[in-house]
Amino acid sequence: MEHLELFFKSIFIDNMVFATFLGMCSYLAVSKKVATAVGLGAAVIFVLAITVPLNWWIDQYLLQPGALVWLGPEYAEFDLSFLSFIMFIATIATMVQLVEIVVEKFSPALYNSLGIFLPLIAVNCAILGGSLFMQSREIPTLGLAVTYGIGSGIGWFLAILAIAAIREKIRYSSVPPALRGLGITFIITGLMAIGFMSFGGMLTGGDEGEAEKEPIEQAIKTEKDDVDNKEEKETNTTALNQ
Amino acid sequence: MAEVVEQEKVAKAPKEPLFSKKNRKLVTDPLTDNNPITIQVLGICSALAITAELKASIVMAIAVLFVLGVGNVVISLMRNIIPSKIRIIVQLVVVATLVIIVDLVLKAFAYELSKTLSVFVGLIITNCIIMGRFEAFALANGPWKAFLDGIGNSFGYGVILIIVGFFRELLGSGTLLGFPVLGNPIAGEKTGLYALGYENNGFMLLAPMALIVLGIVIWIQRSRNEALIEEN
Repeated sequence: MEHLELFFKSIFIDNMVFATFLGMCSYLAVSKKVATAVGLGAAVIFVLAITVPLNWWIDQYLLQPGALVWLGPEYAEFDLSFLSFIMFIATIATMVQLVEIVVEKFSPALYNSLGIFLPLIAVNCAILGGSLFMQSREIPTLGLAVTYGIGSGIGWFLAILAIAAIREKIRYSSVPPALRGLGITFIITGLMAIGFMSFGGMLTGGDEGEAEKEPIEQAIKTEKDDVDNKEEKETNTTALNQ
Repeated sequence: MAEVVEQEKVAKAPKEPLFSKKNRKLVTDPLTDNNPITIQVLGICSALAITAELKASIVMAIAVLFVLGVGNVVISLMRNIIPSKIRIIVQLVVVATLVIIVDLVLKAFAYELSKTLSVFVGLIITNCIIMGRFEAFALANGPWKAFLDGIGNSFGYGVILIIVGFFRELLGSGTLLGFPVLGNPIAGEKTGLYALGYENNGFMLLAPMALIVLGIVIWIQRSRNEALIEEN
């Protein structure tokens, strides 16, 4: 149940493209044709599914405050979390390179379809963003990290597939000249994001009475409150532990 | 790669003044006709995610200015010793180091703001503007030119961020940098525009409006300069 919830949440509610704008560069650059969009989307799912759990593991056993305790009790006070950016990006760059080599060796057909996109992916913000969000949302287990990686990958895949399909069709409509290309793509993405916002009530079950009054401010407020509460709880628990 | 270096040496032979016309162009071009966001389509992610407040946009622009300015110089100094096969990893390490500095400084001096920016400071690492400029410019040019190019591009990025942030904060919460500029919106004691029945548009604070505002910026820019219009 937990897995299912996180899975749907990462696909629809926290959609990489529409809610957090991650991976926009390649989303805009590679969405002119459906076929290439599918290739890049598949590569993103693939890489996210590998790197998020790997970075979860690194975060858990190397970077978090007190994570080095497995080396011995005297390491309990080390806090390497300031290294997380560099560790995450190094993992991603290495994994991408490794995946490229392995895929080339064992599945030339897949390599031909993913091949050119793999190097692009090392610098796709969706990948690093996946790991950073995994860290900041404190995903508790390795299994959930895998689910989160795959889920957000599928969310990104859906987004790029949808926009590529729309862009293929939009060629036949008369768009104002100055909006052609980039401009109209932005506006369509904005409209799609508004659509995706409606998934927001899916998990909470939609407390309609309250939500109807000031849905937007309410949503922002509860989100903020949640974050605040969470932080408070954490500080409390750490204080208790000490 | 060797060829490029050779050509470059030949091209560098006549000494240029520090602020020659060509060098000035490096700074001014990215502001308008070759803007990294609206024309080169780089670095969109952060441009959209953190522009709900003007303050966050300005801080982000400064952070990118620092990372790109310094990073471009570092990469340009190392350009002849980086093996081209592993250059992406080298570039990533340089950016990541600079971003860690920015992140720690923000956490030390502006903790609240670093919470608002959350993971997006870290995402400067994968901001395509940075990698794009490293690849396209710093690897082939000397440090001074690379520095100017970095400054120019981050100003171009900052300008768009500030424009979007300005409109989103003004229309969304009626404030600028946190100061109320349109009067007092609290019911019962309304002043300024609110007394006339004006309401804040909370929608502007939500993610999708960033895309639409940016779309409109692009629209205006391209109608002013017809040469930028795409074919389809």
